[in-house]
Amino acid sequence: MHKFFIRSFVSSLVLLFTFTVAAIAKDVKAAFVYIGPTGDHGWTYQHDVGRKAVEAAGFKTTYVEGVPESADAERVLRQLANSGHDVIFTTSFGYMNPTNKVAKEFPNVKFEHATGYKREHPNVSTYAARFYEGRTILGTIAGTMTKSNVIGYVASFPIPEVIRGINSFTLAAQKVNPNIKTKIVWAFTWYDPGKEAEAAKALIDQGADVIAQHTDSTAIVQMAEKAGVYAFGQASDMDKFAPKAVLTSVENNWGPYYVDRVKAVANGTWNQKDTWHGIGDGMVVISDLDSQMPADLRSKVKKLQADLASGKVHSFTGPIYDQKGNLMVAEGKTADDGMLAGMMTYVKGVEGDIPK
Amino acid sequence: MIIDINFIGLIIASIMASAVPLILASCGELITERSGVLNLGVEGMMIIGAISGFALMTVTGSLIIAIFGAMLAGVLISTIFAFLTQTLITNHVATGLALTIFGIGISAMIGKNFVGIPGKEFPVFFEGFKDTIPLLGPILFGHSIVFYFAFALPFITSYFLKKTKIGLIVRAVGDSPESASNQGINVRLVRYACILYGGAMSGLAGAYLSMIYTPQWIENMTGGRGWIALALVVFSTWNPIKILIGAMIFGGLTIIQFHMQAIGVRIPVQFLTALPYIVTIIVLVVISRNSRKIRLSTPSSLGKSFYKDN
Repeated sequence: MHKFFIRSFVSSLVLLFTFTVAAIAKDVKAAFVYIGPTGDHGWTYQHDVGRKAVEAAGFKTTYVEGVPESADAERVLRQLANSGHDVIFTTSFGYMNPTNKVAKEFPNVKFEHATGYKREHPNVSTYAARFYEGRTILGTIAGTMTKSNVIGYVASFPIPEVIRGINSFTLAAQKVNPNIKTKIVWAFTWYDPGKEAEAAKALIDQGADVIAQHTDSTAIVQMAEKAGVYAFGQASDMDKFAPKAVLTSVENNWGPYYVDRVKAVANGTWNQKDTWHGIGDGMVVISDLDSQMPADLRSKVKKLQADLASGKVHSFTGPIYDQKGNLMVAEGKTADDGMLAGMMTYVKGVEGDIPK
Repeated sequence: MIIDINFIGLIIASIMASAVPLILASCGELITERSGVLNLGVEGMMIIGAISGFALMTVTGSLIIAIFGAMLAGVLISTIFAFLTQTLITNHVATGLALTIFGIGISAMIGKNFVGIPGKEFPVFFEGFKDTIPLLGPILFGHSIVFYFAFALPFITSYFLKKTKIGLIVRAVGDSPESASNQGINVRLVRYACILYGGAMSGLAGAYLSMIYTPQWIENMTGGRGWIALALVVFSTWNPIKILIGAMIFGGLTIIQFHMQAIGVRIPVQFLTALPYIVTIIVLVVISRNSRKIRLSTPSSLGKSFYKDN
């Protein structure tokens, strides 16, 4: 009989020990919800690069790609929260309401929503990048490099994010070259290589010799390469797709933020916050500057980059007028974040109307 | 903006380039449908062609292997459809839809390793003659072999269906498989061949997108062009020449609306974006409104399975 007790006692000890070890070494698991496929080489691709950085930092990650911004998103989020994930990153604007709804049901799971503004529960944070800072740099380069003084811009959808980019780009280009015109074409898609290429071709045929884009595929830089004009990479470094055309790229760099936040969850120091990082914090990265740019332009860009990072220069410094000539930002002032977040008017110098 | 004659030539050349995949896939599907088979898997076969072409080009480095490989991939995936619908007599619509979903999924899986790789330059012909003739120069010269093939295809297809014996057999099988069978024609064999041909053309259309038009691989890069190709076949009332017209109008309006935006024409952009779809349908419906002709040219057994009682 006592043998039985000893055995039970020993096995209980072993079991207890195993559980304790398991509890101490319990990995923090992070989940990522993507709007597109990881193979888009644009928005989702860059988020996935960030996820891989989290993985490299020693955490377990999972991801679900191609999740529609509908009731499906809620289902996916619930499933992820139920299956033992400690922090869930939802990487598209349209996940805003599903994220907050599911967050209420799982108070112990942390939620991080990209590009949104609703933080209805203490376990929801939001984060976004100041891409417009990158576009200030692109505008400076475009204004200097253009010979025809016509700059083409392929835009996706008329939302503040895109309008802000167009404005910041045009303001910077005008500063170095008051004669430039920015021609805008709305493709009404985030990525459709064929359509984007056609939009770029139309702009090039109409005399644009520098093409900027706010859509995700590499079709535009390739079209620029074929036509012998300049272009800029979007979201990721697109230089290898069009080595002659691409002068530089604005890269989305989510990795450091993701690693930070997952570590905070692991340490128990995670707290709710709203992050809007730019060049200074490394969330927006400017790729290598092409050697076709004159040396003085390159050093000017480097300096501008440093000044944007330190906050010495702001992309929206007054005086800024809208298309009708109304003052938007007074001289010596800079646009505040509230104005930037809701920007839905063109600045002076942009041609055409915003599609309604 | 200066509207000179070369500018118009450039625009027409871009329109033609954007019409190429639609013409290829539509003409292929037209033959399939003329034999009485409705294959809704065009989008799926196109995307398989796109990834196969791009993958083979990257791995082997040979453009010829890549182009023919893409066509072969289209043939292989359409063999699945042919086997299911002709041998196992499954429903055409359901099988075609499944083929599209399958194609999109498997292309994404194969494509994982090919994201972010730039494509190769595809050789074009007569580049030097582009500036020799105003207007016609950019239209006629400086294009790839696939481009020239696509613009010959509707005429070849038309000739094939109207003037050749095999064309007649294809039409007979599509209109009345029972009679054709009684005449000693192997209906199943003809339909198999037509499905595989449709697959090859869709594969080529996909390869054109991933190798020539926008040389890169991106998931879902066909962007619904397979569905437009399918619609063109129906709205053209199974007439290859009207497919050519429809594809040009569709491609044309897509490009002209971008030009109108860039010029600053004050028309709501959403309307301009919808324009290609609306106008293509209207034009094709108008030019094909003769109901007697529609009845004559619609394959009467389209989408119906054929059982042979032995």
